[in-house]
Amino acid sequence: MSVIIIAAIFIVGFILQIRLMQSPKTALLGNRIGAAFMGAAIIYTIIAYGGMGNASLWLWLVIGGFAGVSLGHVVKMIQMPQMVGMLNGFGGVASALVAIAGSSLFVSGASWYLWLTASLALSVGVLTFTGSMVAAMKLQGIISGKPVNLDESGKLQQILLLIAAVLVLLSTFITGIYTVWVILLIIIAAVYGVIMALRVGGADMPVVISLLNSFSGVAASITGFAVEDPLLVGVGAVVGVSGLILTRIMCRAMNRSLSAVLTGMTTVSNSKKAENLTHVSNSLEEVHEKKTRGTDIGKIINLSKKVIIVPGYGMAVAQAQGKVKDLIDCMEKAGKQVKIGIHPVAGRMPGHMNVLLAEVGIDYDKLYDMDTINPEFENTDLTIVIGACDVVNPSANTAEGTPIYGMPILEVEKSKNVIVCNLDEKPGYSGVENTLYSMENVITIWGNASETVPTITEAC
Amino acid sequence: MLFALIIFLVACAILGYRIISSVPSLLHTPLMSGMNALSGITVLGAIAVFATVDSGIVQFLSGAALVLAMINVVGGFWVTDRMLKMFDSSVRRKNK
Repeated sequence: MSVIIIAAIFIVGFILQIRLMQSPKTALLGNRIGAAFMGAAIIYTIIAYGGMGNASLWLWLVIGGFAGVSLGHVVKMIQMPQMVGMLNGFGGVASALVAIAGSSLFVSGASWYLWLTASLALSVGVLTFTGSMVAAMKLQGIISGKPVNLDESGKLQQILLLIAAVLVLLSTFITGIYTVWVILLIIIAAVYGVIMALRVGGADMPVVISLLNSFSGVAASITGFAVEDPLLVGVGAVVGVSGLILTRIMCRAMNRSLSAVLTGMTTVSNSKKAENLTHVSNSLEEVHEKKTRGTDIGKIINLSKKVIIVPGYGMAVAQAQGKVKDLIDCMEKAGKQVKIGIHPVAGRMPGHMNVLLAEVGIDYDKLYDMDTINPEFENTDLTIVIGACDVVNPSANTAEGTPIYGMPILEVEKSKNVIVCNLDEKPGYSGVENTLYSMENVITIWGNASETVPTITEAC
Repeated sequence: MLFALIIFLVACAILGYRIISSVPSLLHTPLMSGMNALSGITVLGAIAVFATVDSGIVQFLSGAALVLAMINVVGGFWVTDRMLKMFDSSVRRKNK
């Protein structure tokens, strides 16, 4: 029982960490408290198992810690999704390894649940690892970010799941050949993770990263059962729940069910995409004409008192955050009220856009989430959309049968004037043409946001 | 032991659910990388196994787990710290 009490004390520290994350003012302190408790838990465990004098133990810890610091230090903010993805994978595989190594300690006649949880932890850990690595490679651009569907009907995944379940049960009761079960489970879980992550495309990444985050916690929690450590069980559960909450928020923000995301039902058919492309080339003249209306922009900006800026992932790809900050500063100097509206899935992981904007020094109290900012568009003189497409597409309300139908959007079209600074007029990730572009009150400026945003700043 | 662990699991899950739900979307990325660091708690399991067993293969497996889990823990807390410092500096500027 005493182990449970000690675990509970550490859990209080981690709960305090999360509690302090409710405000950006206290979050930094919270993170450091969490880190301190983690350090204390590590030291406590080393002492409890008499490892203080174990040089090789320290060596491995220091190597891992040093690698962690270097990785954490060099990663860029835009790479945060793949960083978190990769770390999820490391956590997952570490849990799997602990489960395998731990199972060798089981004496013959060990409780059935030790074998069961070791096999489960192994499976979840391995699938978290392969899934996370594929997701991270997609985000980093090492492999194509497009959904790849190896298993059109989803049957293969179901069969793999079934086989895995049978193997887990067999490994629980026929423990004599546990190594065989381990090898088979590793193979099946690895394949499952790869198929799952390959199916998911770019803009759905927030869901997958959240889900894998949850899995890495679940793996740690189940490993906790296998090595009978309540702290692993508890902390793993908290992480698992956190990942699930974020997964749900992301799914809701895209109006997609989790199963739809995981089965890669993301884009409209290719033929429709081709249609859109021809449409683009036909309307180049029109685009050019709209561009020349640049003189109007200065006038609109001068007359606008209330401005909302809506950034999307395109802004981040163009590395235009700093330019957006210049624009905001310039407008505020001119006495305008500037707010920034952020869609929950702007970026490649939950909250990604907030971090990218904070990086260039934009005050977080100017950042508003979708539910808060949406009622304000009506009373706004000017909305500037920078590199966002699907999340401002009014078709989401009307175009039944398209992937974005029913997805909550930022209702930018309600403001008096809208300036759109997107790369081109091609549809966004969903493949659905953006009806915003052709609206009366909308001016479009096509091109790289790093170049187009400064032209607005000049007009200001 | 199994029973105690299950109770503990449920208690932590419920507590976690209540407290995580109130983290604003502004901080969801640092929340996630912070939770990510916590999932490296499995390093405790690795320490326990590594320090108890002498066999070569087990040492190798748990040694690898030690390194990977430490990358997870340290890297996770480190990037979270970097991100939160950015939010923190905008607090400071405002107070000036």
